[in-house]
Amino acid sequence: MSVRIEKDRCVGCAACVEVCPGNLLKIAPDGRAFVKRPEDCWGCASCLKACRFGAIFYFLGADVGGRGATMRVEIDGEISQWIFNTPDSPPKRIVVDAQSANKY
Amino acid sequence: MKALKRKYIETDVLIIGGGTAGCGAAIALARRAPRLRVVALEKANLRRSGCLAAGVNALNAHINPGRTVQDYLEYVRRDAEKIVRDDLILSMAERFNAITEELERMGLVFLKDDEGRYVARGKRNLKINGENIKTILENEVRKGPSTVVLNHVNATDLLKDKSGAIVGAVGFSVNFEEAFIVSAKAVLVATGGAAGLYRPNNPGFSRHKMWYSPFNTGAGYAMGIRAGAEMTSLEMRFVAQRIKDTIAPTGTIALGVGAKEINSQGEFYASKYGLSTNARAYGAANENYEGRGPCRLKTTGISHETEEDLYRAYLNMAPAQTLKWIESNEPPSKSDVEIEGTEPYIVGGHTGSGYWIDAGRRTTLKGLYAAGDVAGGAPKKFVTGALAEGQIAAESILADLNDIDDASSDTIERLAEPFVDSYERKLNRDESKWLFPLELEEAMQKIMDNYAGGISASYRYNEARLDVAEERIRVVERLVKSLRAYDMDDLLQVYELTDRLTVCRALIAHLRERRETRWPGFGVRSDYPNVDEKFELFVNSRLVDGKIQMIRRELTGKETVRER
Repeated sequence: MSVRIEKDRCVGCAACVEVCPGNLLKIAPDGRAFVKRPEDCWGCASCLKACRFGAIFYFLGADVGGRGATMRVEIDGEISQWIFNTPDSPPKRIVVDAQSANKY
Repeated sequence: MKALKRKYIETDVLIIGGGTAGCGAAIALARRAPRLRVVALEKANLRRSGCLAAGVNALNAHINPGRTVQDYLEYVRRDAEKIVRDDLILSMAERFNAITEELERMGLVFLKDDEGRYVARGKRNLKINGENIKTILENEVRKGPSTVVLNHVNATDLLKDKSGAIVGAVGFSVNFEEAFIVSAKAVLVATGGAAGLYRPNNPGFSRHKMWYSPFNTGAGYAMGIRAGAEMTSLEMRFVAQRIKDTIAPTGTIALGVGAKEINSQGEFYASKYGLSTNARAYGAANENYEGRGPCRLKTTGISHETEEDLYRAYLNMAPAQTLKWIESNEPPSKSDVEIEGTEPYIVGGHTGSGYWIDAGRRTTLKGLYAAGDVAGGAPKKFVTGALAEGQIAAESILADLNDIDDASSDTIERLAEPFVDSYERKLNRDESKWLFPLELEEAMQKIMDNYAGGISASYRYNEARLDVAEERIRVVERLVKSLRAYDMDDLLQVYELTDRLTVCRALIAHLRERRETRWPGFGVRSDYPNVDEKFELFVNSRLVDGKIQMIRRELTGKETVRER
């Protein structure tokens, strides 16, 4: 359970560093963000939502069933588009509207 | 040795912890007394800290049409097998609905029917889109004209003056070499409960994939214990029934979709055990213990549309589960969802563990108030209850402020210095004995798991095991004293572990004192496997001269004569 940072997309704005509830994200000497203790991540996805550059990818550890897929989110106002990339199938997208409540 | 820069702050009210209860208090104080100086200290960032970081998709404590506040009390009393404080539950529950409406005014989205009424989920729940609930609360806190939010500052200890009153707190920046010394007329502790005492469900790479926030380390309990505050019901641990691996909530599937628990023999077993939270947890644990696991929620056959709705619902509170369904190619419409019990947590918002408080949320220490998961005696708070407790504490603080003398800042400096000195000593790398916080954390979790009723012991423990737990936890406590930190981030880990160990020691004493099994889903005391009506009382404790003293109180709160 953790997140990975795509170095090429990270601009070092530190929005993720600011918001992580576990203080786990830091800025490396190269000016990009990194996850200091990946195993300490709760998986809350706060950093994904804070990153405006789509540089943070969420994944499941193999110990909880991870098989190489990643998830990230693009937020445009009230609409969040979650993008799932799995190794063997085409990407799946799920759109969540912040104005629509959970029905369950 | 590193020298930390001292930052002195003077305020009227200090709130330690900016989660749900802390935000509730800050909002209430600013509305009722806009000129009152309020400092909210938060070890991460108020915007996404505490239990609500990922979001929540129901408000679980609301008085739905046709129900009353008294009904809520009866429900909590039944669920907690009588060990509740009526005054605390009632004072909290009578605020649920006003707080709910306030959350809607702040921008929280509710599911509504055609006539604009909230859609109820059962007797007490409302359906919402709470992905952004914490950011909504943060925005509201920021509107306070005299409210200062200090993010990334970790409070470690309360400052107590000669008279025994709490006059402030001391902590450090998690990023910079700075110590914070805050003097305050009143201090509210709202740091949440304690996760990470026991070896978790996923002890390896995904060790923090747990139900409760792994960043809630019991700091508030620990600082209170060290300062001599009375604690209650630590032995009423909480074990949550969750989805296997991701430890995501089951309520959305069980209540929302109506999926039932089924064992590997195809039996719907839940009715054998009862409906209370602890009975449900015991059901799954016992089915596994007696060899009829794995247990699952029967979701197969749900419609494609329901499945897509579930994907969205989990993205708004526990996104790992949606990824798991998609990645595994085992969607809930085709595969039943396996469930498991979590490791035990100490969390006063679900069970009764925490500070012993009066109806105004005053602790037993003058000047110190408690709200939310650190406050004891009032289980089933959930979001609205935590906000209500913050509000009640705020009102008590305002009522009490006139009676409080200003502490001189000179005193505060003197009171804080030993703690700051301790931070500096721990930052002295040259003294390192090559022990690491993680190493000792795992040692602690293993001891608690094996000897104080963790997952591997099927939540069972007895006097002889508690003896071992106590002795070994004491050894780890000694070793922790020799830990040294490379930087402020390291220092945070050292203090988090120290706090957890303090809570473990008190917890073991409480487990020992309650010689019965009242909540089998939360723990079975093998040497006293039944409910004993002699224990229809509160088990409380207080640290006196380094020793934990047990206190028994009647359900009314009165201290009983100790029988030994």
